[in-house]
Order: sequence, then C-alpha cells, then structure tokens
Amino acid sequence: MNRIERKFKILKERRKKAFIAFITAGYPSLKTTEDLAVAFEDAGVDILEIGIPFSDPLADGPTIQASSFESLKRGTTLAGIFDTVVRIRKRSQIPIALMTYYNPVFHFGDERFISRAAQVGVDGVIVPDLPPDEAKGLIASCRKNDVASIFFISPTTTEARMKKVAVSSTGFIYYVSVTGVTGERKQVSQRQIRPLAQARGLTDKPICVGFGISTPEQVRSLSQKSDGVIVGSAIVREVTRNLGKKDLVQRTASFVKRLAGVL
Amino acid sequence: MAMLEELEAVYRKLKKDAAFKEEFRSFLNEYAGRPTNLYYASHLSKHFGNLRVYLKREDSLHTGAHKINNTLGQILVAKRMGKARVIAETGAGQHGVATATAAALFGLKCDVYMGVEDIHRQQLNVLRMKLMGARVIPVESGSKTLKDAMNEAIRDWVTNVEDTFYLIGTVAGPHPYPVMVRDFQSVIGQEARRQFLKKENALPDYLLACVGGGSNAMGLFHPFLNDKSVKMIGVEAAGLGLHTGKHAAPLSARMFGVLHGTKSGLLQTPDGQVKIAHSIAAGLDYPGVGPEHAYFQKIERAEYVGVTDREAIEGLKLLSRLEGIIPAMETSHAIAYLEKLSRRVKGKKSVIVCLSGRGDKDMETFREFI
Repeated sequence: MNRIERKFKILKERRKKAFIAFITAGYPSLKTTEDLAVAFEDAGVDILEIGIPFSDPLADGPTIQASSFESLKRGTTLAGIFDTVVRIRKRSQIPIALMTYYNPVFHFGDERFISRAAQVGVDGVIVPDLPPDEAKGLIASCRKNDVASIFFISPTTTEARMKKVAVSSTGFIYYVSVTGVTGERKQVSQRQIRPLAQARGLTDKPICVGFGISTPEQVRSLSQKSDGVIVGSAIVREVTRNLGKKDLVQRTASFVKRLAGVL
Repeated sequence: MAMLEELEAVYRKLKKDAAFKEEFRSFLNEYAGRPTNLYYASHLSKHFGNLRVYLKREDSLHTGAHKINNTLGQILVAKRMGKARVIAETGAGQHGVATATAAALFGLKCDVYMGVEDIHRQQLNVLRMKLMGARVIPVESGSKTLKDAMNEAIRDWVTNVEDTFYLIGTVAGPHPYPVMVRDFQSVIGQEARRQFLKKENALPDYLLACVGGGSNAMGLFHPFLNDKSVKMIGVEAAGLGLHTGKHAAPLSARMFGVLHGTKSGLLQTPDGQVKIAHSIAAGLDYPGVGPEHAYFQKIERAEYVGVTDREAIEGLKLLSRLEGIIPAMETSHAIAYLEKLSRRVKGKKSVIVCLSGRGDKDMETFREFI
C-alpha cells in the first residue's frame, strides 16, 4: 500500500474527504516547488499533485499553460523534477502524484519512468492524454512498482468506459467536473456532476473531483458527492499573483489553507 | 473519448452508406471540380531526360488545393451528426479556407484557429476565410503555428463537444481522423491510378508527394497500396537542413512520440518536449506526421526523404518556368525531389507527382526569400 492508498484509508476511518492541491513543477523555480510541497502539508493538503510542464498542455486552460511555458523557459527538466521529489521526501511524507502528458513518459520509457518515480518517492501518476486502453505498459509498470495509476472520468464518459477506468485506476479516480480544460469556473453545473453518482455505483475506489474549482464553497459542495476535491488553476494563479514576493510560499500556503480548511 | 467513439461509430456506418457516398461524390464533381487532370509534363520530363513526369492537378480544384476533398467529406459527416458549428486548425491557411468554404456552402458556423505567426505569413488566406463568414481566431500560445492552433482547436472541441464538429485537416490526430481523412483524400489516388492506366496502359514506377501531416501523400499512395511494383516517396520539409535541427522532417530524422492523440513521427527534445518545426512552407510546419506514414516507413512500403527550403524554392521556379504552373511552397518540395530521383534511377521511369496546391498564396514568402 503506498502513501496515497494509506491516506484514503485514514481519511475514510475519520470520515474525512481529501483535499488535493496541484502545482506546476519549476514554477517559478524547483526550490519553490519543494518549499510549497512542505508548506502545503502543514496547510492541510492531503495529496500533492505535481505537474510536469509540457510544451503542449492540451488539457489545460490559460493559467496552467502559462505556468508550464514559464517553467520550461526557466529550464525545468525531468531529471530536475525527480531530484526535487528526493528533496521533498527528506522533509515531508505528503503523498505525491505526478501529472504528466504522455510524450515525456513515452520518450523516457514507461518502465524506466515509473521505476524512477517510485525510487524517488512518487506515489501515483496522472496522464491526461493517455486513455487506459493505450496504457497497458504503463499500468503494468505501476503495479510492479506500487505506483498508483489514476485515470479520468468526465461528464461525457459512457458507463462501459467508466468500468474500464475503474478497473485500471488505483489510488483514486479523477472525475472531471466540466467538459473542457482546467481553469476556474464561476459555477460547476449540477448536470455535469450527475454522472458522478453513476460512477459511484460502479466502484469502491475513491473518486475525487477536479477542474474548475476555486472557492471554499465549491470545495465544500463537491466534497459531499465525492471522496475528495482537486484544486489546480486557482493555486497556480495564487503563485502567479505572488511572484517576486519573498513570502510567496507562505502566502500561497495560507490561500490553500482556506480551501483545505473547509474539509 | 466519448466523442471519438461516437464519431467512429457514425463514420463506420456512413462509409457503407450508398446515399452518403453518392452525395460526397456529387459535391466533389459538381462543386470542387473533380476529376482533376493527370497532366503529362512534357517539358519537365524532357528536362530530366530519364523521367516521364505526370502531375495530378489538385491545384486546379476549387480553393486551389487538395484540402477541399476532405472538408467536403467531413462537413457531410458533421451535417449527419446534426452539428451546428465546425472548428478547424490551419497552418498555411489552405485547410482553413477549405473549411470556411464548406461551412459557407452548408450554412454552418465556422471558427478557424490559426497561429499569429501564420496569420502574418498568409494574410490573403485570412481574408478569404473572413469573406466566407468564418471567424479566424489568432493563437498566441507556444510557437504560434500549426501545432498550437491544433492545441487550441482540441481545447475548444472538448469544451463545446455537444454542438461542435472538429474538422481536422490532415491524416493525423486521434482515431478515427487519420482513417477518415485518408478515405476522403483517396479520391486523388483512385483517379490517378485509373487515368495513368488509361494513358500508359501500365502502372507508374513512382509516386511522389510532399508530407507535412501527409494528407495529399496518403490520398495518392493508399489506392496503390497493393500495387507492389509502385514505389512511394514522401518528401518532408528539411528546412535549413536535417543536420541543423531546424526542419519539419520527423520521419527522415527517425524521431517518434505521442501528440494530439497520435503515436507517430514527432520532433522533440531529449526531455520529450515537442520541438518547434521549421519550414518555409507554413503547411509543412508541423512537428508530427500522420501515423500511417510512420507505419508505411516501418514496413518499408514507402520511403521518406527531405528537401530543404532552398531546394524547394528551386522546385517552385523550375515548374513555373518549364510548365507555366506555379506550385504551392509545400508542393514545391515534391517537385524539387524530382532532380534527386532523376539522379538515382536507372533507365527511364514514370512518376506521378501530387500537385497538391497552387502557389498564389506563397508569392509574399517567395519574394522575401529571393
């Protein structure tokens, strides 16, 4: 059992929901990423999602896109990100999932990527542009190395595909609360949340909701229908807002604390 | 995934639907101007001496390039699916124009994503799209060219999937697009095969076409798949030269990756980041390539070679001077390869070149280059 699975077990015993925070690796620097990870654990974050910046972030809206380009421009590499996780692990045992588009994994090699990730202390991977049908190699490597493989369900996912996603996922299942890309929305519509109940009936695995969530109210309301809530763009925007400030990490952590605090 | 599965199911049915096929054929003939001629280029042939060169005149189609074959096909699919809006990505603007054309014809709303870099290079095509009622949406992200336009189109599609049809312009992207676009473009090869057999009472020795995403090449090649004696050569854009790294030739460079739902040739850095392609031809300026081309390369059914910007310019000049036909900058890559082909063949050989588009849109680029 890895850190993500352990976390959900503990949360379940305490009847609590998971707060999952996303940050872009290397934005604005890998040292900041390391410090944010540690500060987030104290702020009440249950699981940290670290995004590997990619040249073509197809599933992301403008906020995360901009952070990716900026991170790449500053020279962030895969090797640097793995080293950062090593440094985080010296200071924190927060469960970590890497969010990455598939090409960097494919290029590195499925097995090589996952075994390296496991070795540095990563607990799960999320690959938004890789459906389970195409992920046989990746899933096998994940099982072998005790790394969770987290796949997506969206409002348009058919029941047959939900079952496939449920079987292929470990750790948790990622429910996309909107049709579209990441980024804050004023409102997450009830219609797009309805299939969540359907998915609920198909699996015992934890299901967490992400995309479009930015306020404590949204966090609270969506957590009632799921096992956890994922916030990304709103946190990255907070990092952006505090760029250049000495207390960027503290400011971002207190923003996160306000969101995580409602759970 | 749901939208792709739905599209695949619909397309699979339509592929066998006689009424759909008849409607498509009728629009190709009556509206786009098919069949196109297979023209024997006697001066070009004489120039090389050992080649009998035939030009498949896709440049004579309505809108000036082969792209219209595909957009008419896909818009008929969109109509059958009851979509009110189509979106497209475009590089050189040819696919954007062909999409705007088809959308105007069928009265659908049309948004075209285009990199700002390309908008500058292809202002006349931007004007043409607007004139036909399309909205051209400038893309500022990434390299501001074709791949980024495709990123934005995909983001739009996943957001507005209910009423929107994504009309991809080449044999790339997620399944079923590579198959669907190939089928719609195969009319090029089907006609060329029939026409060549009639004229020469034999099959050609070579097929030659430029490859960016590779739709005109796949359209020409695919109907000859089982004609084992026919050799196929896809010409990629070698830009400033393969050794410089500034090119758009993933197959020639033997780099493979996953982008836009396709595993195929892909330009990338040692860290798996997609690299910006370079070509003088905006329509070839894409870091990926259709997956079936990668497959043809792997099974050695087709060969992929590179032609530089400079060589392509010479190709453009040669065809203009000898035959009075100004080819598109993209097409000029295929023309330019004739010189190399002529040097490598033994005896007299026949070749069909896909003259995929006309060069009017490229005069500004041409003037800047010389």
